[in-house]
This record gives sequence, C-alpha cells and structure tokens, in this order.
Amino acid sequence: MTTATLSGTTVDVDAEGFLTDPAEWTEELAAAIGRENGIPELTPRHWQVVNYMRTTYLDTGQAPSIRSLGKQSGVPIKELYALFPKGPAKLAAKIGGIPKPRGCI
Amino acid sequence: MIANRLRRALTIDEAAITVVDRDDMHVYQPGLLFVPFGLTSVEEIVRSRRRQIRDGVELRTAEVDHVDLEMDRVHLGDGETLPYDVLVVASGSRLQPEETEGMTGPGWMERVFTFYTPEGAASLAEALRSFDGGRVVVSFVDLPIKCPVAPLELAFLADWYFHDCGVRDDVELTFVTPLDGAFTKPVASEQLAGLLAAKGIGLVTEFATGEVDGAGGRLVSYDDREVPFDLLVTVPLHGGAAYVERSSGLGDDLGFVRTDPRTLQSTAKPNVFAIGDATNVPTSKAGSVTHFEAEVLTENVRRYLAGEPLEDGFDGHANCFVETGFHKALLIDFNYEVEPLPGRYPSSLGPLPLLKESRLNHMAKLAFQSIYWHMLLPGREIPGISTQMQMRGKKAAATASA
Repeated sequence: MTTATLSGTTVDVDAEGFLTDPAEWTEELAAAIGRENGIPELTPRHWQVVNYMRTTYLDTGQAPSIRSLGKQSGVPIKELYALFPKGPAKLAAKIGGIPKPRGCI
Repeated sequence: MIANRLRRALTIDEAAITVVDRDDMHVYQPGLLFVPFGLTSVEEIVRSRRRQIRDGVELRTAEVDHVDLEMDRVHLGDGETLPYDVLVVASGSRLQPEETEGMTGPGWMERVFTFYTPEGAASLAEALRSFDGGRVVVSFVDLPIKCPVAPLELAFLADWYFHDCGVRDDVELTFVTPLDGAFTKPVASEQLAGLLAAKGIGLVTEFATGEVDGAGGRLVSYDDREVPFDLLVTVPLHGGAAYVERSSGLGDDLGFVRTDPRTLQSTAKPNVFAIGDATNVPTSKAGSVTHFEAEVLTENVRRYLAGEPLEDGFDGHANCFVETGFHKALLIDFNYEVEPLPGRYPSSLGPLPLLKESRLNHMAKLAFQSIYWHMLLPGREIPGISTQMQMRGKKAAATASA
C-alpha cells in the first residue's frame, strides 16, 4: 500500500490511486483527485454522479457499473463520457474515494 | 440440471419438484461458436428439454410473469400460480441488442450479426459463405456476457476460416473490446493479446460502444471514436430474465438475482436460491461455473429444508476452453481470487496445458458436447474434476493478483 498527498492531506491509496479507506474521503480531496485526472473543476453534474456512486457503494458494498450509472444516476452515458473522459465509472469511483469497480470475468 | 440433482438428493416423499421453462428447446450454447463456420449446425446442438429431465420431475412449459417473494408464489403468464417452499432461479441471461443505439436497425442480420442466438449464428454462417474480403470487426458491448472468451474465440476461428478459404490476405480482422486489454485478468490478457497479434488480428481497447451504424458500416464509441466495418459480429448487452425485473426485490438493476457468492442463497429471501447466468455473483457466466455451483446449491437446498446451516462452499470456480483455430485451444481455470494462470490441468501431471495452445485442449473442447448432454445435464460428477478450484499444477504469478 502507498500513500498520496492531495491538498495537503496524506491518504492511503492503492497502486492505481484509488483510496483504500472511503472514510478518509473529503470533498476537497475529491476536487484534488479530479484535478489530477484532467477535470479542472467539478461541476454540479460531476457531483451528481460522484455522490450517486459513493452513496451506492456505501449502501450496497458495490460500485455501480457504467450501465447502472447510465440508468440510475440521472446522467446519460454519453454525457458521462464527456464529464469523465475515458472511463466514467472508474474515474467517478476514484474521485468519490471508493475502490475501483470490479470487472467480472 | 439442478432439478435432476435435487431429484437424486431428495426422495419423492421429501420434495415434489417442478421445472418451469418457456419452451422445449434446450440449446447447447457453446456449440453456437462453431455454427458460423459450418463446423456444426443448429440442429446438432438443440435437443428437447423434456428428455433431459429425470423421472419424478414435472415440467411446465410456460412463461413466468413474476415471483411474489412475500407469498412464496410463482405467477405464470397464463394466470396460474405455483406455491413453493424453495425456489431456485435458473433463468439465465437475456440478450438486449435494443439497448445499443442502432444495433437492430438497418443491416441487422445482414452485415451486423450476433452468434449468441441460433438464428444469428445461422445467418452469420450464410453471410460468411459469400464473404470474399473486407473489414471484419468482432466486438462485445460490455460485461457481463455469457462466456466472456467467446468473442475472442470467434475472432480466432474467423482468422482460421478466412485462411482456409484463401481470402485471409483480403480480410482486415479487428477485435474491439470495452476492456483495457484482450481479457479481464492480466496474465491471460497478455497471453491472448500475443495470440491476436501473432494471427494479425487488430486490437482496439477501451471502446465503449455507443452506436452501431449498420448502414454506414461504423461502430461509434461514447467518446466519439469510430471503427469502420463491412461485416460486424457483435455480442449485445446482457440482462437477467424479464420476470426477475418484474419481481420486487429479487434482482439488481440489470435483472440479475442478488445472490450470496458463497452459498448461492438469494439475499432477498432465505428460501430462494439462484444458479448460473441468472445470478449476480462476480465470476464468469459460463457452463462450467453452473456445474460447480450445482453441487453447492443442491447441498444447500437440502440443508435449508432440513433446517441446517448452509455451507459457503462456492469459490467462483470457472474452467473454460478457448478455441484458437487450426485445431488448437487454450484452457483457463480460475476462481474469485485466483486469476487464470499457466501450468497443467487437472494437476501438475495432468494432460491439459493451461493458458497454452494445444491440440489436446481442442479435442477436449469437442468432446465436451457429449459430456454436457450425458453428464452435466443429468447432474453427474465428472471424475477427477473438483468443485473447488485447485492450485496444484498452476504456476503462481510473480506478484499476487488483486
């Protein structure tokens, strides 16, 4: 396990930079992770997705997949890709301070 | 299969067993991979369901409307209700081509195919017979899908087919995946990417398909990348059975039954269990998985009825042959924790190499159809193959997998 310092706070992260303890997450941290990953500022639409992601994980123990996000978060998949370039589910999970969504074989 | 196993485990006095299924056509689904290349036909891989079921099991041919978890009743499409003490949901997964924009539009079943249905596989066979060159794209939209290695196998077999037809040099073959590599897990992904490269098959990764433009011959991703095609073989999105979605509390947002990954008991109600593609457990949706689950599930249904604690014995074990063409295949064996590793199977002295092409693996894959009808469906064990994945014979990766 490694640590990262973001916005002056040191947190535990995995090899890909996902927080290992969701309890260490703060909104400032989220903004800092966003900036590190090419999102200069988190808009209300970003927050809608990040909050949905985080709440679902804390409630169910599983991060939603991109299809679930498209159906349930109120933000269509096309827009998700515009908001979170490359991998919306992965990036929103990272910003939300929860583990990387598990791909299943 | 689970009904046959339960019938053997429970006497007629202990339980009456009823199977509800929508039709009397059981498809040997692994065979669909071979239909497009004329290596088998739809007639050869379809049999009557009724004839696979043991005496002492009633078969009802009906659609299920929904399950009432509160009242322990299955509501059939014709309005009849079936009360139960224990329910096992084994309704598989459902293809949802209509969920992807344009997929079922112009060109569907003409230049845009799926081989995941008997009709699709047969139409693709027809199209391939007259295909003499151009851009062929093999893709899947997103996980989960049944048999996640099947799209790769289709690409490998297409390479072989075009080679044998003498047109391989005129075909640009490309594999398009939403994953960041050829496969989900690192060791196998690297091995399979190497095979794609060696066969001259292009690999496009992290491609989240947003639209299929059949008329224009384009796959378009959500982030506006495009892959052109003359012929597309794709695997549509999958969801659970529609009745699971209509049954309050039973399924997740994709219609797969919320299931304890170790006991296979539904998390919604203790007298409901699920098996195979119908579950949301995080392993492959593959026939081998269902076989391994069946042993744990049968025992747990027996324990539940006897008032005993359930065993948490299912480890996510999957075992898949991967056809690579030219009479060869790979074998992968893995579970929830252990990714597919190289080595030998079923032990270090075993005849079958893991993650490595061999003729014997290909022959084993072909022999499997007979094992399926004569051992798996009747609910018998395969000698020497254990339910839990074994580490013996496997070469562990240098670093621990996540």
